[in-house]
Amino acid sequence: MRAYLPAYELVVTRTLEDALALLRDEPGAWRPLAGGTDLMVLLEAGRLEHRKFFSVRQLAELRGIEESDGHVTIGALTTYTEVQRSRVLAREFPMLVRAAGETGGVAIQNRGTLGGNIANASPAADSPPALLAYGAEVELVSSRGSRWVAYADFHTGYKQTLMQPDELIARVRLPRPREGARHFYRKVGTRRAQAISKVCFAGLAELDGGVVREVRIALGSVAPVVLRCRRTEALLRGRRLDAESAGAALEEIAKEIAPIDDVRSTARYRARVARNLLAEFLAPPF
Amino acid sequence: MSDQNIGKPVPRKEGRAKVTGAARYVDDLAVPGMLYGVTVRSHVARGRISEIIFGDRIPWDEFTVVTARDIPGANAVALILNDQPYLADRIVNHAEEPILLLAHEDKYLLEEARRAVRVEIEPLPAVFSIEDSLAKKEIVWGEDNVFKSFLVEKGNVDEVWDSPGLVVVEGVYATGAQEQLYIETNGVIATASREEGVVVQGSMQCPYYVHKALVKLFDLPEDKVRVIQTETGGGFGGKEEYPSMIAGHAALLAWKSGRPVKMIYDRAEDMTATTKRHPSRTRHRTAVTRAGQLLGMEIDFVIDGGAYATLSAVVLSRGTIHAAGPYNCPNVRIRSRAVATNAPPHGAFRGFGAPQSIFALERHLDKVAAAVGLAPEELRRRNFISRGETTATGQVIREEVDMGALLDRAFELSDYHAKRERFSRENVGNKIKRGIGFASFMHGAGFTGSGEKYLQSVVGCEATAEGRVRVLAASTEIGQGTNTIFAQIAADALGLDYERVEVVRPDTASVPNSGPTVASRTCMIVGKLVESAALQLKQTLAGAGLLQEPYTAEEFERACREYIEKNGALKSFSQYRQPEGVEWDDEHYRGDAYGAYAWAVYVAEVSVDTLTYEARVEDFVAVQEVGRVIHPVLAAGQIEGGVAQGVGWTLYESVVWAGGRMANGQMTNYIIPTSADIPPIRVHFFENPYAGGPAGAKGIGELPMDGPAPAILNAVEHATGVRFDSVPLTPEAIMEALEGEAVKA
Repeated sequence: MRAYLPAYELVVTRTLEDALALLRDEPGAWRPLAGGTDLMVLLEAGRLEHRKFFSVRQLAELRGIEESDGHVTIGALTTYTEVQRSRVLAREFPMLVRAAGETGGVAIQNRGTLGGNIANASPAADSPPALLAYGAEVELVSSRGSRWVAYADFHTGYKQTLMQPDELIARVRLPRPREGARHFYRKVGTRRAQAISKVCFAGLAELDGGVVREVRIALGSVAPVVLRCRRTEALLRGRRLDAESAGAALEEIAKEIAPIDDVRSTARYRARVARNLLAEFLAPPF
Repeated sequence: MSDQNIGKPVPRKEGRAKVTGAARYVDDLAVPGMLYGVTVRSHVARGRISEIIFGDRIPWDEFTVVTARDIPGANAVALILNDQPYLADRIVNHAEEPILLLAHEDKYLLEEARRAVRVEIEPLPAVFSIEDSLAKKEIVWGEDNVFKSFLVEKGNVDEVWDSPGLVVVEGVYATGAQEQLYIETNGVIATASREEGVVVQGSMQCPYYVHKALVKLFDLPEDKVRVIQTETGGGFGGKEEYPSMIAGHAALLAWKSGRPVKMIYDRAEDMTATTKRHPSRTRHRTAVTRAGQLLGMEIDFVIDGGAYATLSAVVLSRGTIHAAGPYNCPNVRIRSRAVATNAPPHGAFRGFGAPQSIFALERHLDKVAAAVGLAPEELRRRNFISRGETTATGQVIREEVDMGALLDRAFELSDYHAKRERFSRENVGNKIKRGIGFASFMHGAGFTGSGEKYLQSVVGCEATAEGRVRVLAASTEIGQGTNTIFAQIAADALGLDYERVEVVRPDTASVPNSGPTVASRTCMIVGKLVESAALQLKQTLAGAGLLQEPYTAEEFERACREYIEKNGALKSFSQYRQPEGVEWDDEHYRGDAYGAYAWAVYVAEVSVDTLTYEARVEDFVAVQEVGRVIHPVLAAGQIEGGVAQGVGWTLYESVVWAGGRMANGQMTNYIIPTSADIPPIRVHFFENPYAGGPAGAKGIGELPMDGPAPAILNAVEHATGVRFDSVPLTPEAIMEALEGEAVKA
């Protein structure tokens, strides 16, 4: 443990209201601690710079998975384990379930939360590409009220988000995909478990008679943020899916992503694998 | 001698304590008044220390601070050349080199203090690769950057190349560093004072290495230094030499503070600062007849020793001797060098140089086979060594060895031929390419050459008045099963139940020096001494007229009681004696390099995903002859663990270096395989009892590290049609080779 523990503060708020009041009264001073699976790694390494935290783990308001006609809504404190145990998610959002199953190990999956994963804003996170491909919206709450934002707009730069200092992530809402849609998720992390992705691909496509009615493509670890590839999507939307349109998409995605060399992989590898996975996603039979 | 325990899966001696959590590792222990210690290290690879600045806001008067000037004896870790300082004084030669030690009772404040020390270092030019070191781009050690070199000559290889009708095949092969990644990091607790001497307990493989180092560091008589091994969570060579360093550091802090000091490395420090497997580069030039007979092998083997000599000379020795493999070739020249760079010193790691040189040879032989149009197995069959033939050092193989039979069995278990044919056919047009490959190899057990003769290991056996038997040895239980097999061996030598025998905890105050726990020597060499010490115990009782075979446990107990009543104690000691007829010429590196070899053929089946360029091992067959198997579960565990570690070295574990520092010193970024990445490992033993080992056993621990890398890369070549000649073989490297210029950055 390289952190100087006496320098840290952790308080427990009893209700969501109390938590939001804390954020309102001292904006930016307090940060939420949910599962702690990202924060504890930094703490252990002596690299957790922020010092004041409030626990949100006990806030029942932020739990649970609910179904409505058009959507499934997931509480921010839903753990990866709970995601994997949800029948509705397994049936309709298999990419999210798969991402949850490939995040960390069992202990991490028991503690880590979807909301925490979003707030941590790592470009290498596993669930966010699936959330982007499913067209997720995020509910942000504060003592001022609540607002829904498109998750595709949420990450504004490396570790930057559009959240205000007094806001907390409350829920994530996913529109239910059409039956027969293609869901294609692939995390590439070299080993089969406990990996941080080098490339993570999530794609959802709905076709009508060979024509792309809707398509959403998202990638992790190829840009400063988890990236929704809107230009590539736009190129495919409304077009017949064939070798020509797929080829154009492959060219476009190479321009849309901005991978880098780091200790985990190389820009060249990431670019090539992203391209291969898109080709696989667009390959027949549909 | 009975046969009640050997060959049976008796329960591990320390198994219950480990499984229930009762086992106490060094970080579980506390001593009253104990301080914690940390190390301030160099952040540059090579340079001159100009100033050490103690930052503000730290109550420095509460801290114990140790620098090189506080060392009472010699500032060098006593090992082979004694060139590595305990604490850098003026010059640093590698990043993470220890410069300063701090102790305080608050371990959190201690971390703040470590961060508050700033060491100003004027950088000097540094060397980071074997090539730059050989080219003397900068002289960073001695006169020529060479720690050690060997030359092995058999026949006259110079006369071979021009013979008519020969095919000459060349190749260059490279291997990377590898972190041992034992579960328990390095740690010790020390007490020290001039009056009481120095006592260190901790996680280690070789208590007497630590003892020797502390005697020199403190300039104390041998009986004023005591080293005790605590329960140890793995070593793999990583706790062969390094514990001498951390033990010295903790003891220096204890000496100065007058308080006990605990030092435990966290994972990041253990990964970045302690030893790793030596990177290597091997050149092969081979002359072979069109019929596939090896006529000449010229091998140039180089390892990167890092900044100090440490154990590199002996790692090089083992790598050199294994470089020509289990083949009968009349003309061989092996030239080898261990060179200096400004990396943290590389050190012992399971296999000790042999995995590096065997990787090169077994990759190269697939290339040689292709060059003469033979199947890889056919080339090897035509050259396998057999009884009466000689190795590269001229050692005549006196034991029966049948590599062909091992190969047959491995191929049968793996369905090699059918898969080879089927994969070749089905790979066309498939996104997943499959392949199968193998490697054949041997591994010598015990110290090289005259090493065991110089070590003169001693083991004791003691009986109590209750008829219980205690084995006294410095050989450590580090998870591999030392205590269990020693008890099996002693119990069978005495015809007693396994439960009657215990193996005492290694403590230099109470056990004789049975040598280090390294080199696949614990079972074969030390186990043999356990056996003979136990037999002597029995002979002592028989000689006193107290015991006659056959006897019951009660009769043994009575005999012990009567003997002890009369003589005070019942103990026997057995010392190593080199077997008759063993000859070794250290100057010319000729003769009997090892008492015995284990022989093996490993087959790997792989898949390569052309979407992600990830290679995976799908199936693995490990067939070996290791003499008599003492404990079938532990023996299979050794093979499975070694293969898993070999799979890691081959496909996953990549040390990313940045200016001589490990940039990925975290388990999230230094990728070792998980259980989900390890294939089924099917282990098969041939048992051919070896007269020099206990109940016929030979060494086993290092062998399984040798075969996986070449077998896997041979299989990857079969799958992809592309030759890869270095490990780790990462998906990035496979991508570059398969896609070449087609890749857009």
